[in-house]
Amino acid sequence: MILVSKMMLRLTAGRVGSLVARRATVALTTNSARMASHEVAQTVDMSQPMYVDRLDTPLPDKPYTDVLTAADKSLKQKEKGPWSQLTQEEKLALYRLAFHQTYSEMKRPSAEWKTVLGGMFIFMGFTGLLVWWQTAYVYPARPRTFDEEWQAKQLQRMLDMKVNPIEGFSAKWDYEKGQWK
Amino acid sequence: MFRAVFRLSATGARSLARSRPCYSAPLASRCYSHGKVETDEEFDARWVTYFSKPDIDAWELRKGMNTLIGYDLVPEAKILDSALRACRRLNDLASAIRILEAVKDKAGPHKDIYPYLIQELKPTLSELGISTPEELGIDKL
Repeated sequence: MILVSKMMLRLTAGRVGSLVARRATVALTTNSARMASHEVAQTVDMSQPMYVDRLDTPLPDKPYTDVLTAADKSLKQKEKGPWSQLTQEEKLALYRLAFHQTYSEMKRPSAEWKTVLGGMFIFMGFTGLLVWWQTAYVYPARPRTFDEEWQAKQLQRMLDMKVNPIEGFSAKWDYEKGQWK
Repeated sequence: MFRAVFRLSATGARSLARSRPCYSAPLASRCYSHGKVETDEEFDARWVTYFSKPDIDAWELRKGMNTLIGYDLVPEAKILDSALRACRRLNDLASAIRILEAVKDKAGPHKDIYPYLIQELKPTLSELGISTPEELGIDKL
């Protein structure tokens, strides 16, 4: 159920006192910088509170920033006083210390639909190619019974032997006038 | 006021002897469980009280807000006022701004709810010095 979009990666070294260090190896994140380097499985300690950006969880279990610089720490001190004394930039900085993405950023539209539609059409096109190849190289020759002339003679034969004369086929043929009723 | 019709009823342990048959109510012919249904006012009061706890801790604030946002409703202004004051007691401005963002998101397509709430909360926001997400510019990408 946990949506893992951008997870905080924790250093698990120095975990004193835990005899069984439970670690979960997570798959490669979608961070493009990481894709360029060689693949390393990042271990994330899932027994610890994690940060997560979710619309339905406004206040995650821990703040986004773990390590505070001296400037951050002094800002946190200033936060203990009246907030009206903070500038807009300081308020924004406090927000960004605690959170990674704003709600707008979480809700931003993506171009994924283009990938989805594109992929759909590619596969449908490929299937179309297969179907064409099949008609060209797999299907046997067209039976002669489909020819116009053959079909006409077949129809005439059915009428001559009065197929379903009461309710069905021949019942709909007007034998006097030689046409369909 | 902002509630959906179906809400979780906070039922206590009621004895079965008090159970009423479903068909007895001429107006509301829904069959709730056989417990007392909490009114909107009781719900609001309960949550205002929760956030008003003087020594509320950060976990309780987070738990309360996440639970409240999980409900199918937009919280009333008085509940949010109580929550914002709890943020003040915890010296957590970021959470206060986040709460406002979350509430705007909860309103969904009903674009008139959030401006109403901000209007109602204006005195509290000025008093505590909380900037709205719009004032900080984080409502845009």
